[in-house]
Amino acid sequence: MKHVAILQFPGTNCDLDTKYAFEKLGCSTTIVWHKESSIPNNIDLVVVPGGFSYGDYLRSGAIAQFSPIMKAVVEYANAGGKVLGICNGFQILTEIGLLPGALKRNIGLHFISKFQTLKVINNSNTFLQKCNKDEVLNVPIAHADGNYYIDELAFKELEENEQILLRYSNEKGDPIVVNGSVTSIAGVCNKSKNVFGLMPHPERALETILGSSDGIKMLEGLIA
Amino acid sequence: MKAIVNIFLKEGVLDPQGKAIHHALDAMNFEGVEDVRMGKQIVLQLTSTNKEEALKEVEKMAEEILANTVIEDYTIELI
Repeated sequence: MKHVAILQFPGTNCDLDTKYAFEKLGCSTTIVWHKESSIPNNIDLVVVPGGFSYGDYLRSGAIAQFSPIMKAVVEYANAGGKVLGICNGFQILTEIGLLPGALKRNIGLHFISKFQTLKVINNSNTFLQKCNKDEVLNVPIAHADGNYYIDELAFKELEENEQILLRYSNEKGDPIVVNGSVTSIAGVCNKSKNVFGLMPHPERALETILGSSDGIKMLEGLIA
Repeated sequence: MKAIVNIFLKEGVLDPQGKAIHHALDAMNFEGVEDVRMGKQIVLQLTSTNKEEALKEVEKMAEEILANTVIEDYTIELI
């Protein structure tokens, strides 16, 4: 059985959904309060879930990066441990520098909350290994600061290293503008492909009757 | 001493809020506005009386937390 640690900051609100998702997939889970200074032993995956840590004050994720637990997360990631950041978790991971780039205010300034089709760009990584390249997934998004920015030089590196995971697309897989992200990027990973971040919420796409179960094959990759 | 930190998106990084304000000004028939950039201002009341030391310390604050230097530039004014 795989063990998943789920971080909880003041303002996190997707911790229990994430817990439900990984337990549904047969994992054991531990919620870890941000004031903790270490990650429990024998953890196979650390998830930084979505929400509004510290009320999004200053910038989304800016203050959470200095919580005691984040030092342990950086050590865990640098030792090769798998880390997934969803939505606000993605913002925190870019702020702390585990992932490249930054997330700005959406181009239309609105908070966008809806199902969104996404194209799988690279699946040569543990996260999306169960998805097919160019496959179109349907997963909810819910964010105001999802406009991914990266400078040209770093973007080239992302592309060459196959670090772009997902792009916002139409149902045919053609990229579309949703929030202004550089080349419609919805998710990226680090160079060594053990730290993953995305704005969409796979933990909210587990039941066909509720709109989509595409989140299952995404999360399954991380615990395979 | 007070430190005033002004933070703006870097030149070349599209500023969606500035753009929205620009559109609004256009719609209100204010003419002659070429570009609008929106930023934030953080005012720090400092205990230090040494300007040089204070500047160094505030620069460190700006680099580490106040600004995200991937997308933002900052200026510091001490008064």
